[in-house]
Amino acid sequence: MLALETDRLTKDYAVGFWRRRPYRALDGLSLQVEAGEVFGLLGPNGAGKTTTLKLLMELIYPTSGRIAILGHPPGHPEVRRRAGFLPEAPYFYDYLTAEELLSYFAGLFGLRDGARRARVAALLDLVGIGGERRLALRKCSKGMLQRVGLAQALLNEPDLVFLDEPMSGLDPLGRRDVRAIVLGLRDRGCTVVFSSHILSDAEALCSRVGILVGGRLVAAGRLSDMLAFEVEGWELVMAGLDEAALGALGSRVRRATPLGGGRYAIELPPVDDPDCAVAGLRARGGRLVSLNPMRATLEDYFVRQVEARAGGPAAGRTVPER
Amino acid sequence: MARVVGLVAYHVFKESVRDKVLYNLVLFAVLLIGGSYLVGQLTAGQDIKIIKDLGLAASSLFGLFIAVFIGVGLVWKEVDRRSVYNLLVKPVRRHEFILGKFLGLALTLLVNIAVMAAALYAVLALMSWLRPEIGRAGGVEAPVLDPRLLKAFGLLYAQLLVVTSVALFFSTFAGPLMSAAFTFGLYVVGHFNEDLAHFEDVVQSPAAGWLGKALYYLLPNLAPFDVKLAAVHGREVPNLYCALTAGYGLLYIAAMLALAVVIFQRRDFK
Ligand SMILES: Nc1ncnc2c1ncn2[C@@H]1O[C@H](COP(=O)(O)OP(=O)(O)OP(=O)(O)O)[C@@H](O)[C@H]1O
Ligand SMILES: [Mg+2]
Repeated sequence: MLALETDRLTKDYAVGFWRRRPYRALDGLSLQVEAGEVFGLLGPNGAGKTTTLKLLMELIYPTSGRIAILGHPPGHPEVRRRAGFLPEAPYFYDYLTAEELLSYFAGLFGLRDGARRARVAALLDLVGIGGERRLALRKCSKGMLQRVGLAQALLNEPDLVFLDEPMSGLDPLGRRDVRAIVLGLRDRGCTVVFSSHILSDAEALCSRVGILVGGRLVAAGRLSDMLAFEVEGWELVMAGLDEAALGALGSRVRRATPLGGGRYAIELPPVDDPDCAVAGLRARGGRLVSLNPMRATLEDYFVRQVEARAGGPAAGRTVPER
Repeated sequence: MARVVGLVAYHVFKESVRDKVLYNLVLFAVLLIGGSYLVGQLTAGQDIKIIKDLGLAASSLFGLFIAVFIGVGLVWKEVDRRSVYNLLVKPVRRHEFILGKFLGLALTLLVNIAVMAAALYAVLALMSWLRPEIGRAGGVEAPVLDPRLLKAFGLLYAQLLVVTSVALFFSTFAGPLMSAAFTFGLYVVGHFNEDLAHFEDVVQSPAAGWLGKALYYLLPNLAPFDVKLAAVHGREVPNLYCALTAGYGLLYIAAMLALAVVIFQRRDFK
């Protein structure tokens, strides 16, 4: 079942004070996310990630295109009941405390009395807010607001959550907490769609990612496919070798770096079978220390995708004449 | 629906309760009403009337401040600070949001008007207890603790609700400064609205006459809500008149809120 589907979703903002002209922030986004997936929406600043998520939550209306969330149009009561949303840099009411805010929002989902208090307390614990839950939100730090934002997105035990940069403003511990929360949601069968700049997080969490550049989806797919395509070789570390032994491998060695004490780090090209090389070196008295595939990181892939488009559609997007 | 509207309204009220500015405003109004006692001392014979007059005027003025200054921020502040993002993705429809905001401020105003009315009655009670003789003197046309003052407070409240709906309407698309200016403008114009209906008698051009008529129906007619003078002088304000005026107010409020919803419904929040 698809948790989310968009079809040629497009959003133009009107810009300019005197001469209002449309500016295309999102251009024909077609996306499918399966139920239970963790999907990462990546892209440089201004790529249209926030625009996409706001369209999905019906905070803005699309210029054209279609959206189906859990089989419903956005804004449908069923969507409101079953989806959660963490906005970018969330802001709440100054006059309430974290506890009061969550209690207010829990009431909107129809939770009452004991159930309401229990849910609120459990979520505050989950996102790691302790005594500060009785502090006016105006006095809360940025990271705490981010945590409160995450908690309020989960109040209805959603089947689908949209998180706009859930890690922003969090310290390393906070980021680890959020990663654990996202994985917990996944284990529960909740679909998670999040936008992020932090690619290592995306790499650790997502089953699939989409890369937006200049309002266009330039790549989408399983991380393993994207990155397997980019396997760049093997890194082999062996001890007890000498120059002669290395020489026997000949041109198969892309690079050999002496680490001292007879240890060498050897880079082999991706086409090579590393077992063969290891066996050959063992026969000459070498000992295997480690063998690792050298994968392109998501960051390498991302940078390549973005750079390929630089100066392309991203620059000065205006809406084509119709 | 009712639960959601109620929750939104309750939180508007809660915010106002925690707002120091509001406390100061109400405190100031109560002090002013109390102070009218002193003014009454200076003007022999007219004391009771002056106290009632000042009390009602102060309530009207401070009620207006509260309605406008909270009203223009009701929707605008949430949109501007983006707190609305969290609310409108929950099971809260946009019309429920608007209605809740309005009812919340209506509740705040009700409490404030009640406090000011109580303050006025307290001053009057004090007067008649300290100097029983003036009660008898002025009692011919109106008793000191005239219950008919409540009608004036009631219509004042209805008037403030109309003003609130106007302020809220503006706040769905304009900033607070502009909204406040427009709302105050309409408040002033609303008191001379009656003249517009008879505009055709003063101008030659029929077009201008029509324009006057159109504006008469379009702009809020606030003068009928003001029965302060009658209440102070102990003249009877018929119940039917009160009911009809309140009914007009209700219609006007409904129209304003409907317009606010229409505008708010299609708005992009950016
Ligand atoms: N209200 C608006 N009016 C005009 N242009 C807008 C508006 N909101 C966003 N944009 C433009 O749309 C584009 C996409 O913005 P969006 O906020 O979706 O980017 P993003 O991918 O979330 O970026 P970031 O990573 O910085 O959060 C940007 O070029 C931005 O300038
Ligand atoms: Mg963004």
